[in-house]
Amino acid sequence: MITFEKVSHEWGDFSLKNVTFNINRGEYFVILGPTAAGKTLILETIAGFYIPREGNIFLNGRDTASIPPEKRNIGFVYQDYSLFPHMSVEENIAFGLKMRKLPKKDVESKVQSIMDSMHISYLKGRFPSTLSGGERQRVALARALVINPDILLLDEPLSALDSRTQESLREELRRIHKVQGTTTIHVTHNQDEALALADRIGVIMNGEIVQVDTPYKIFNKPVSEEIAVFVGVENIVRGRVVSSEEGVALVQVGSNHIRALSNIRAGEVNVFIRPENVVLSRDKLESSARNSVIGKITDIIQFGAILRIYMDNGLSALVTKQAIEELKLDVGEKVYASFKATGVHLIKR
Amino acid sequence: MSIKVFKRQPLSLIFLLISSLIILFIILTLFNMIFQQIVLEPEGLLEAASDPAVIKSILLTLYASFLATLVAVALGTPLAYVLARHDFFGKSVVESIIDVPVIIPHSVAGIALYALFMRRSTIGGAFSNLGIIFEDSLWGIVVAMLFVNTPFYVNAAKEGFQSINPHLERVARTLGASQQKAFYRITLPLAIRHLFSGAVMAWARGISEFGAVIIIAFYPMVAPILIYYEFTTGGLAKSQPIAVLLILVCFAIFIILRTSTKYWERRK
Repeated sequence: MITFEKVSHEWGDFSLKNVTFNINRGEYFVILGPTAAGKTLILETIAGFYIPREGNIFLNGRDTASIPPEKRNIGFVYQDYSLFPHMSVEENIAFGLKMRKLPKKDVESKVQSIMDSMHISYLKGRFPSTLSGGERQRVALARALVINPDILLLDEPLSALDSRTQESLREELRRIHKVQGTTTIHVTHNQDEALALADRIGVIMNGEIVQVDTPYKIFNKPVSEEIAVFVGVENIVRGRVVSSEEGVALVQVGSNHIRALSNIRAGEVNVFIRPENVVLSRDKLESSARNSVIGKITDIIQFGAILRIYMDNGLSALVTKQAIEELKLDVGEKVYASFKATGVHLIKR
Repeated sequence: MSIKVFKRQPLSLIFLLISSLIILFIILTLFNMIFQQIVLEPEGLLEAASDPAVIKSILLTLYASFLATLVAVALGTPLAYVLARHDFFGKSVVESIIDVPVIIPHSVAGIALYALFMRRSTIGGAFSNLGIIFEDSLWGIVVAMLFVNTPFYVNAAKEGFQSINPHLERVARTLGASQQKAFYRITLPLAIRHLFSGAVMAWARGISEFGAVIIIAFYPMVAPILIYYEFTTGGLAKSQPIAVLLILVCFAIFIILRTSTKYWERRK
C-alpha cells in the first residue's frame, strides 16, 4: 500500500535518513519516537508536501513524486487539529466533499451521517474557536474521514488532550478503524497509545526507522539499547553468555546466572527485562523455566496506581499496594525477583 | 490602578509618566492647530472648504493614493505571500529592498523616479509612446506614491499571511483543494483583514507624500504640495485652513474604515 524506499530528506533541523518500510492495506501502523525525531515529516512526505531528495515513495505501487497532494486521497489530522477558523463545523467537514464537486444533497447527507456517527451533530453550526480540544479533534477526524480516504494520517492526534478525552478518543480511533478498515498511519511519542492501537509499530529515532515490528516484539524484544530505554524496558543489565542449549542461553550477570530464550551462543550481551515481567517473593521460586535472583530493596516509588520497587541487583519491578502489604516489603528488605526465561531478551554488545 | 501599585512597582510609574509625554507631544501638536482653526478662525476653514481648487486638490490626493494602493495590493500581495511562506536564498536581501523606500529621503526618491520616468529616459520614453506621461501628471503622482507606500502594504500583508497556520492550507490540499483553491478559500479569507488594514496604511502614506511627488509632479497639485505652496506665498493664514481640512477628511475616512473592519470582524 505504502512503500518507503531508502527515503532521505533534510528540512531545517529535521531529517529523514534512508527510511525504508512497507505498510499493508488496512493496517494500523504507528510510528513511535521521541519528540523531534522526524515523525511529522514522514506524514507530510506521504501527503505530498515534500518530495524527498533521495529515494522513492510508492502508493499502491505508483511512484508518488509527480502526484500533487490533492490527488492522493489522503485524510490528514494534525496535532493542532487545523480546523478552518472561518468556517462552521458543518462547513469544515463539507470542505473535502465540495472540493470533489459532489451534488449538494450528497454533501449534506454525508456530512450529517459522519457527524451522527462521531456524536458531534450538536456542534453543527458552531465555529472552531468555541469548541473544546476533544470536540475539535472529533471534527478534524470527521473532516478527514468523510472523503473516504485511502490513507488516514494522524499526527499526534491525542497528545494535546486531557487523559480522559484521550481515552475516549483512543476508543473512537479503534472503533473507526475496525469499522472502516482505512489504512492508518498514526504518529506518536506515547507508548500506551502505540500499544493500544497498533497492528505494527515503526520506531523512529533521529530520522531513522530503527525497528518495525509487532507491538509485542517492540516492547519485549527491542533490537537496541536505545529502543529498549525508549519503550520503558527499565531493567537493562550487562552480562556474558556462558553456555547455550536448545535455544536457552545461560547468562552470567554479576554473581548471578540467569536463563534467557535466545539464539545467542556466546559473548557479551545486554540483558533486557521489562519490570512488569518481574515477580517478587519472599522465598525462592524453584522452577527450571524461571530465574530467581535475590536482591535488597533500595527504593519504593509510587507511579499512579502501582508502585515501582528498585533493588540493588539492578532490577526493578512493578507491584500493587496490596502485594507490598502482603509481602511486607520495605526498603532494606531482601526479596527474590523472579522472571521467566521467555521474559528475558538478549542483544549482542 | 491605585497608588499602592506604584509603591510596589515604582518603575511602572516612571514609565507611565514618560509615555504620557510622547503621547501628549503628538496630541498637542495636532490639537493645537485644529482647535485654533475650528474655534478661533472658523471662517478661514469654511473659506478653504468652499474653494474649488482646494477641494479638487484633496480629491486628487485621495484618488491618486487610491490608485497607487491598488497597484501595491495587486503586485504586493503575491510577494507578501511568498515572503511569508517560503524560505529561499536571498530572502533577507529581498526584505531589505522592500524597506529601502522607508529609509531613503523622499526627495531622493523623487529625483530617482524622475530620472527613470522622465520622457527623455528610456523607460519614460517608452511609456510616453503609449500615451502615458509621468512629468506633471496624475501618473507621476501615482508612481511616487507607489514607491513610498509599497513597504507599508507588503509588510502588513506579510505579517497577515504569517499569522495563518500553514497547516490549514495543507489540510485543504489533502482534502482535494488545488494550490489556488486552498489560497482563495482558506488563506485569503483569513488574511483579508490584515490585507485591508495594510492597504489603508499604504493609502494614508500615499496621501501624506510630499517630497517624492513634488519633484516628479508639481502640478497637478496634491494637497501636501498645495499646503506648502500656500505656506510659502501666504503664510500660516493661508495654509493652515487647508491643512486642517485635509486632516479632518482623512480622520473621517479612517474612522469609517476602522469601524467597517471592526464590524467585519464581529460578523465572523
